[in-house]
Amino acid sequence: MDFSSFSTLTFLATVMAAATPIMFAAIGELVVEKSGVLNLGVEGMMIFGAVCGFIAAVSTDSPTIGFIAAAVGGAGISFLFVILTQYLKANQVASGLALTLFGLGLSALMGHSYTGIKPPSSAKLSVDGLSDLPIVGRLIFGHDAMIYLAIFLILAVWYFLKYTRGGLILRAVGENHDAAHALGYRVTRVRTLAILFGGACAGLGGAYLSLVRVPQWTEGMTAGSGWIALAIVVFASWKPLRILLGAYLFGGVSILQLNLQAMGADIPVAYLSMAPYLVTILVLVIMSADRKRASLNAPASLGRAFHASS
Amino acid sequence: MTNLLTLHGLTKAYPGVVANDDVSFDIGEGEIHALLGENGAGKSTLVKAIYGLVQPDSGTMTFRGQPFAPSNPNEARAAGVAMVFQHFSLFEAMSVAENIALGMDNPPKTADLSKRIIEVSGKYGLQLEPSRLVGNLSAGERQRVEIVRCLLQNPKLLIMDEPTSVLTPQEVERLFKTLRQIQSEGASILYISHKLHEIRALCERATVLRLGKVVGSCDPRVETNKSLAEMMVGAKLATPKKTEVTLGEPVLELDGLNLKSDDPFGVSLKEITFKVRAGEVLGIGGVAGNGQDELMSALSGEVRVDPQQICLNGAFIGRESPSRRREMGLLSAPEERLGHSAAPTMSLADNILMTAFDRQRLGRRGFIKRPPTTHFAQAVIEAFDVRTPNETVHAKSLSGGNLQKFVVGRELLQKPDLFVVNQPTWGVDALAAATIRQALLELASSGAAVIVISQDLDELMEISDTLAVLAGGRLSAPQNAADLTPEEIGLLMSGEVAA
Repeated sequence: MDFSSFSTLTFLATVMAAATPIMFAAIGELVVEKSGVLNLGVEGMMIFGAVCGFIAAVSTDSPTIGFIAAAVGGAGISFLFVILTQYLKANQVASGLALTLFGLGLSALMGHSYTGIKPPSSAKLSVDGLSDLPIVGRLIFGHDAMIYLAIFLILAVWYFLKYTRGGLILRAVGENHDAAHALGYRVTRVRTLAILFGGACAGLGGAYLSLVRVPQWTEGMTAGSGWIALAIVVFASWKPLRILLGAYLFGGVSILQLNLQAMGADIPVAYLSMAPYLVTILVLVIMSADRKRASLNAPASLGRAFHASS
Repeated sequence: MTNLLTLHGLTKAYPGVVANDDVSFDIGEGEIHALLGENGAGKSTLVKAIYGLVQPDSGTMTFRGQPFAPSNPNEARAAGVAMVFQHFSLFEAMSVAENIALGMDNPPKTADLSKRIIEVSGKYGLQLEPSRLVGNLSAGERQRVEIVRCLLQNPKLLIMDEPTSVLTPQEVERLFKTLRQIQSEGASILYISHKLHEIRALCERATVLRLGKVVGSCDPRVETNKSLAEMMVGAKLATPKKTEVTLGEPVLELDGLNLKSDDPFGVSLKEITFKVRAGEVLGIGGVAGNGQDELMSALSGEVRVDPQQICLNGAFIGRESPSRRREMGLLSAPEERLGHSAAPTMSLADNILMTAFDRQRLGRRGFIKRPPTTHFAQAVIEAFDVRTPNETVHAKSLSGGNLQKFVVGRELLQKPDLFVVNQPTWGVDALAAATIRQALLELASSGAAVIVISQDLDELMEISDTLAVLAGGRLSAPQNAADLTPEEIGLLMSGEVAA
């Protein structure tokens, strides 16, 4: 094996970039699940955000407008899920799967004429002096703004759930919707807002792929990131800060396998490229082995439809 | 005495049923007023209207001299109405303080709130630790959380919906003391219950509801249990009777049954040991959540244990499946009617198949024999007076009492050697309850053994030969029911005496 091409710093910086789309999608889904709703449409919302963001960024030549369009697009497509599950009381699992299929198809249709175009590049934030510091400079400063936004969002959600009244109500609705209703909270409204937030986050995650990470538009480019984000919510046992850990772990393994491939490791490529998914499955199995702990953290009303009984 | 709350002509109809029909009554200032009635009499709908959860179709309310029509609970709370729910409106995975904050409109900061919780709970003798998880609290403690949540808002009217259904007699005493203290400070209490002796001990006035209508009002302190019950039901009630039988050989023996609960808020069974003999009714009392569900699933076979720990007619059956146990003569009816003992959206005939398929030979080589199934369903419906058009209706369309008669009847007509039933008359009207109790007694007289798990102490005293109590997953030694007083049972229920 040839180790000369490996640089720890470059490795860590790429891991951060690889983890960002999943972080966005996962923190959004965490909020949705905390409110008691299981939205399996993350993949569809992500890719729809990716195409919306791409189209908007290319036509206005502004990545910022692209990201805003992605968030609006993600929230917009999640509104379909709101109508289905919150107002028509449809099954959440089936609606979520339908949303994924719908998102994949619609984005392919919309992005058809955009394949092969390069989007405007997003500026890296560089702070004079600081970014040139050895090691720390490359690692902490000098990324694009979205990486910081993702980390900030996770901290913000953590603070919101733990310390604010809004967060308390959101958790209450996810924990026992009948009791929340009896106390006079509007279960459907809280859940609607949570789903829209989750959609916007997934859209941002998708746009990060099409505008920064790849960066171009190809059909089905999310390649399962949405599903990984769903798995990471469980891995994190519905705790925001652990999303950070889960996303970096997954990002780390996927970049590592690329590096190993580049270095010519003596393992078939197929095994290397399935490694991140295998690790995800493995970690999930270990995490859910202790049924007591797993069910203690899960929102008790997760996936149950709410019918006001009175 | 001036009136705090006056209801005038309150009517609320749901599709197919009038829950409240022209209900009028009033509650005086500083009065403890009882609302009495059977399940389905419309008590819950009525208090939901007062608490703003339900908007009445017509009728008016006056509260403290002002017209009162809350459109949501927040408005009712702001006006001074607080409510303690029958099925606690608590969040298990959250702390006591968080639960209380959720019930307030403008909660103070966590630290201040904790201080106030300790202050108020000390004043009324309702010890609470603000930082504990509600999921780890006993039923009595959970109720304290609800009451403190109400008291923090200084209510003028406190509504209590079936507050004692999960409490031990000692906890009920303590609750009454608290309620009298609240009353002495000028607040009124609307107390809903169907436990007549409690109402006679606590309340000064009672309004009786039947089928959504007010059928009378009285001073419960001068009435008897029987007169109140007959007012509620609108018919004469007969107490079930048992013909004396000599007890035979043990049918079921449990020897040191241990079972770890998978549920983080469940209870593990520890060293459960007892015998039931042919012809015996063994009552198992105790407050909900002390291992009843776990014991039920260990007996029915939903959870497997070591073979030697359960012995039926001399055979070790700890590892046998529920259907195998049914073939061997152990039939059971779990607590939840809809979703556990019966499938809500399947017909009654199909529900018959679920437990009687093998034992009644209703099928062969995996194929269902329809005619015998229909016959068996009709036999159950007839023998237990199940009020239903026919056996093809969905289980969920039956009322609680009728479905319970059907579920119990389905097992009894299969002539079990041992019948295990959890909460046989929970949420069942008085007439159906009497029918079911009578059927259980007749089954025992015919030489079968019966295990009744129930939280209704009066029911257990009425039908059991021997009585044991579950507390914290341990079972007290079974004793002759006739020798026990309610006080002794209460002590056993609190787990304070070693069994």
